[in-house]
Amino acid sequence: MSDPTKLTLAQARDAVKSKEMSAVELTRAHLDAMTRAKSLNCYITETPERALAMAKASDDRIARGEAGPLEGLPLGIKDLYCTKGVRTTAASRILDRFTPPYESTVSANLWRDGAVMLGKLNLDEFAMGSSNETSAFGPVVSPWRRKGDDAKIVPGGSSGGSSAAVAARLCLGATATDTGGSIRQPAAFTGTVGIKPTYGRCSRWGIVAFASSLDQAGPITRTVRDAAIMLRSMAGHDPKDTTSVDAPVPDYEAAVGASVKGRRIGVPKEYRLDGMSAEIAALWDQGVAWLKDAGAEIVDISLPHTRHALPTYYIIAPAEASSNLARYDGVRYGLRVEGRDIIEMYENTRARGFGSEVRRRVMIGTYVLSHGYYDAYYVRAQKVRSLIKRDFDQAFAAGVDAVLTPATPSTAFAQGEKGAADPVEMYLNDVFTVTVNMAGLPGVSVPGGLAANGLPLGLQLIGRPFDEETLFSLAAAIESAAPKIDLPSPWWNEV
Amino acid sequence: MSVDSATVRRIAHLARIAVEDAEVERLGGELNAILAFVEELSAVDVEGVEPITSVLPMQMKKREDVVTDGGVADDILANAPAREDHYFVVPKVVE
Repeated sequence: MSDPTKLTLAQARDAVKSKEMSAVELTRAHLDAMTRAKSLNCYITETPERALAMAKASDDRIARGEAGPLEGLPLGIKDLYCTKGVRTTAASRILDRFTPPYESTVSANLWRDGAVMLGKLNLDEFAMGSSNETSAFGPVVSPWRRKGDDAKIVPGGSSGGSSAAVAARLCLGATATDTGGSIRQPAAFTGTVGIKPTYGRCSRWGIVAFASSLDQAGPITRTVRDAAIMLRSMAGHDPKDTTSVDAPVPDYEAAVGASVKGRRIGVPKEYRLDGMSAEIAALWDQGVAWLKDAGAEIVDISLPHTRHALPTYYIIAPAEASSNLARYDGVRYGLRVEGRDIIEMYENTRARGFGSEVRRRVMIGTYVLSHGYYDAYYVRAQKVRSLIKRDFDQAFAAGVDAVLTPATPSTAFAQGEKGAADPVEMYLNDVFTVTVNMAGLPGVSVPGGLAANGLPLGLQLIGRPFDEETLFSLAAAIESAAPKIDLPSPWWNEV
Repeated sequence: MSVDSATVRRIAHLARIAVEDAEVERLGGELNAILAFVEELSAVDVEGVEPITSVLPMQMKKREDVVTDGGVADDILANAPAREDHYFVVPKVVE
């Protein structure tokens, strides 16, 4: 076998199952690739001994004929998922030395199905960011470079370690989370596939909370089929998360390659922003043409409250974050910085432990929830959120099966290029993705080709609640029509 | 609405985040930039609209009122920055 890291997750699964390759061999190939790719800074914590032990156990189960659906497949885990006995940092100094005594439900589901953990992937601190530059463990470098330019490109965020590791073949697939676009934007920036399932599809238990009414877990992979395989294992009911839905998990892989003939695809005019780049507009038109060629019916729709989604998000998400992050007080776990009394201890701990983006969002959240401002900001934002959701409800009620939009307003940018002077500049990255979290809908980002600067661009499909299957069928249709993207060859390898 | 230095300090204290004097002005500017960005919501017509409580129609789940977990004091204390026996240790609160 040539390089096992070049296999898709589906190919690796078949090779391991047919004993063409051992799980140990497959895992070792990925661990070797990780050793050579330290300069990308994808992993915060690598777990090679555990990976090899898990792979060995997989090979034993395969020998006994007891293989699970992900048997022996090495994956990366976003360092927001608590992993029993393995340091979990949320890329924050405040959790620098936190080792959970429990396992998140979603990662436990992956191990139940036989997957192998390679390590914990870098991210924006507490998943707050769109470029992975807010990590206390340093930024992740994308394996992609602009044509004729060696500038370090961001892999998107917050799941930037996940997207970069998948694109650089440092794992077969990765877990990620999405609160405003943190799965789909990094996938779009790295030429990978990322799906945020319907709110409630995956358990949030054991995943460090950012904004609980918006957070969802999902996979980032190199193909649509791989995403379908991973999501099936990740999803499912969990009594420990009251918002997780008690409904059977379909065989998503069966939807990959299914016909999309007659599916009605809505194209929302409000997403055609003033000043949208010609390249993004052309990509979107191309996506429409691909789906039309595949037999789908295209309809123009209106989602009139779209433009209010991002401002609404920047009230609701910080409000929930300020509440969720109140637990980091230097008492039960994490960093403690002493003070003259307990209040000063709290204040010093949180000032030192949180990075500047997290401090900013906690303060905005505190402000919009504070006495005298709660109705003007928070309650009003929750009303606007109702209107955003109603827009989608009406489109789906009128017979639309899915909505097609660009995933991001631009390609990836270089480190330090955005948001230094004005935080809002960085927030605008999520303009196309954030509506989906507002309405709790499933959304997938799938590669659409390369821009003139040589970096990938993604298309987004938004589906009805719990209709991830339609998204997988449509995403697969785009994947097979789009020009094949060759992932970058490893310029980053250290000898 | 815009925040002044006194408000920045009040919010920071409510959020239990210490701020240096030198940071106050910059923080105020950043908070004002975000508040200016969300200001457009005040013009949205929300007359008669209910604030969202859940994105999906969902029955509140209930379970039997029984103990399902516990007896893991060592685990709970394992990550504490300061502990004694089975207690978290904090600075003196009551004189």
